[in-house]
Amino acid sequence: MTQLSPLKIVVVGHVDHGKSTLVGRLLNDTGSLPAGKLEAVKAASEKRGVAFEWAFLLDALQAERDQGITIDTTQIRLKTKPRETIIIDAPGHREFLKNMITGAASADAAILVVDAVEGLQEQTRRHGYLLHLLGLRQVVVAVNKMDAVNYDIGRFAEVVAEVNAYLSGIGIEPQHIIPISAYNGANVVTRIEALDWFTGPTLIDGLTGFKAQAQPVELPLRFPVQDVLKLDDRRIVVGRIESGRLRVGDEIVFNPSGKSARIASIESWGTKVPVIAAVAGQSVGITLDDHIFIERGQIGSHQLAAPREARAFRANLFWLGTQALEVGQRYKLRLATSEQTVEVERIVKVVDLDDLKSDSVTRVDRHAVAEVVLRSKVALALDEFSENSRLGRFVLVDGFDIVGGGIVVGADAELSRLAQSVKSRNLFPVGHRASLEARWLLNGHKGGVIWLTGLSGAGKSTVAMEVEHQLLRKGRQVYVLDGDNLRQGLNSDLGFSPEDRTENIRRVGEVAHLFASAGTIVITAFISPYQADRDRVRTIQPETFHEVYVKAGVGECTKRDPKGLYAKAIKGEIPEFTGISAPYEAPEAPELVVETEGHSVESSVAQLLDYIDRTFALDAGETADALRG
Amino acid sequence: MRTSQITVVLTMNDLDTLEQQSLFILREAFSRIEKLALLWSIGKDSCAVLWLVKKAFFGHVPFPIVHVDTGCKMDGMIEFRDRLAKDWNLPLIVGQNEAALKQGVGPHQGRITCCEALKTDGLKAIVAEHGFKGIIAGIRRDEEGTRAKERVFSPRGVDAGWNVHDQPPEFWDQFTTSVPPGASIRIHPILHWTELDIWRYIEREGIPLVDLYFDKGEGKRYRSLGCAPCTAPIASRASNIAEIIAELETTTVSERSGRAQDKESEDAFEKLRANGYM
Repeated sequence: MTQLSPLKIVVVGHVDHGKSTLVGRLLNDTGSLPAGKLEAVKAASEKRGVAFEWAFLLDALQAERDQGITIDTTQIRLKTKPRETIIIDAPGHREFLKNMITGAASADAAILVVDAVEGLQEQTRRHGYLLHLLGLRQVVVAVNKMDAVNYDIGRFAEVVAEVNAYLSGIGIEPQHIIPISAYNGANVVTRIEALDWFTGPTLIDGLTGFKAQAQPVELPLRFPVQDVLKLDDRRIVVGRIESGRLRVGDEIVFNPSGKSARIASIESWGTKVPVIAAVAGQSVGITLDDHIFIERGQIGSHQLAAPREARAFRANLFWLGTQALEVGQRYKLRLATSEQTVEVERIVKVVDLDDLKSDSVTRVDRHAVAEVVLRSKVALALDEFSENSRLGRFVLVDGFDIVGGGIVVGADAELSRLAQSVKSRNLFPVGHRASLEARWLLNGHKGGVIWLTGLSGAGKSTVAMEVEHQLLRKGRQVYVLDGDNLRQGLNSDLGFSPEDRTENIRRVGEVAHLFASAGTIVITAFISPYQADRDRVRTIQPETFHEVYVKAGVGECTKRDPKGLYAKAIKGEIPEFTGISAPYEAPEAPELVVETEGHSVESSVAQLLDYIDRTFALDAGETADALRG
Repeated sequence: MRTSQITVVLTMNDLDTLEQQSLFILREAFSRIEKLALLWSIGKDSCAVLWLVKKAFFGHVPFPIVHVDTGCKMDGMIEFRDRLAKDWNLPLIVGQNEAALKQGVGPHQGRITCCEALKTDGLKAIVAEHGFKGIIAGIRRDEEGTRAKERVFSPRGVDAGWNVHDQPPEFWDQFTTSVPPGASIRIHPILHWTELDIWRYIEREGIPLVDLYFDKGEGKRYRSLGCAPCTAPIASRASNIAEIIAELETTTVSERSGRAQDKESEDAFEKLRANGYM
């Protein structure tokens, strides 16, 4: 018993132009109301001493009924054939624009309601513009309250002219402009004599040509990673396919990291036939044939049709924040499942909705629409909205609140070139490998990264410096990277917020691997509390990465407290101090554990030196290979 | 044969579309919210949600299932709960507002007072005890006017209150997933389903259900389950799912017509929900 998914239509327009009344009328005249509902509305109307109020069918909240306005969006079903219709009622008050967008963003089509007496008003224009920005192209205009102008054809013509002039300016071409009286039920579902002069469809008939938005199956694959679940020894990458399709055996590249692997299986529970392919709209779980590092926010795609990578892009956005958006402000950007900090680099223009002219300004006030340039410290995988809407739209978050939404209209050309050169690096792996082995031969040992992780005070720096000293004396190429030599230069723009800490570790990882690929033994000494951050560094060059857990308990470290930091943290003077008020994730599978609690510095140093001697020695085969190369 | 198997996978009907969106919501909650629990009333909707959880996590139930026991659930519901919990090895937490039950709170003090004490406060106590940040609840928009205004991720204040006059924006499947300390989030994975959708899905998937929904030859059945004193059966001869579906396709009676607490006054349900009711 298959049915068609319902068509979703949002009703928008200026406050008091009769949106909720229209929806009430549609419900009643299509026979969609449950028994007793009309009586309940009648009682609620009488209680407030008003004439029968259709809007009470949707305005369920007490405040809405008492004040006679719609505060929040709601959804209700019309029993239409062949598919049901979901009507989304949206508030027209400027103050509740966030609720209007909440309703309109999920719609397939829109009814823009315009009062025949008042014509276009501020929110009519704003809502029209937002429909355009949200990508809604199926629009019917209902010119309501025709009874108030005596169903006059002349007034209707004036409103039609005004509506067309505005909508054509923002790229919306309404399928129909229909005169109605929602309160009297004129031309909504049934025709009345007074509107005999109108030869177009009734409103309900005008909606029949609309189509539900199809899933973008034919666009390139976009598979944003939602989570990585570790279940029954399986590592299942879950997410919803936003566009395109995938099948078992496909090579999937994950951006922005650029790592790729093949789909080994599509996992499911409760299906009788093994799933071998899936398409846009499906929430799937896949396993991969290679153990590459994957995390939430990465976008899976096919290599030849990957999304763009950009650190900056131009966007059209609508602003909902109570504080104005200004140049230099930072927000969290959420695009599909990814979340990154962005900074407002430039406000290109703010659109004046009255005359569609653009004003050059320095701030975007609440409810305004603007074009801006946003910049991120790390690469973002995205599409332009016109190419693929699912990966071309985003929200901005400030604190706990969503404060704006927007669409990507252009990724910065210069930065796109930069992204391209990063990708091209992967095209010459053979050349690098040969020269690396030659370097090893010259040095007499391998290069690589010894990544020390552990609590503050566990002894990372002490051990690192002593090991460096002793290795140098033996003639090894060795260098220690720590907070002192990186935070002062390369990372001087970073603070201690979680995002900045993650970026700090990412850069340290990249630098460490550069040293390692020049043949050096690199020792890093960073708390690096998060497993995900360390795993990300490992993926840069897994064969030469050695995670070493310098282990001492919080109690012991607090007793040592060489910098007096634990004392301050316990008093609450240092927020988010690892081990006290922020988590430390001990390594899940380190190459080496160096216990410093209850052991002397000398024995810890000896343990690490022994490990390095064993694992960084050149063996005969490698020497021969390098000589041949 | 091979071709038809692939075709089955690549076309989604309306129930598939609903289901896939619910799986997305459940995984989003699991990924974004640390301490999560599913509220299980043992009714058809939360049983469907439980099934969806198993689908979303490949047969696993990765967070606790909470049942708020008012001590006056209808015959058969508790037995059904315990049987399914055992068969599916569910991480079940049963909570009761024991203090209120000892004081003899019941519908005779007023249905709203009773609901708030036994259900809302019972739930709040469990949330506080376990420190849950997210509660998954199987409510639907088509049930009732204030639920129709809900968000999929609905933030609740420190007192679990619902600020219905200032809900956050929610669009493009970007949800409010973090709240200040002490506050929490309700997650509504089947908000977009209808009563009929649920029944068609239960039929398709073969989801186990308590038999109170079916007529056993007495010409009556329950359309919505709650506490025995405040829940009335409807006149119906529907004795299996197919007959229920046929009945719902023509009925004009609303689903919660048998639930007395909704009708105490025009704003009864809104007040209940604003204070933390499901």
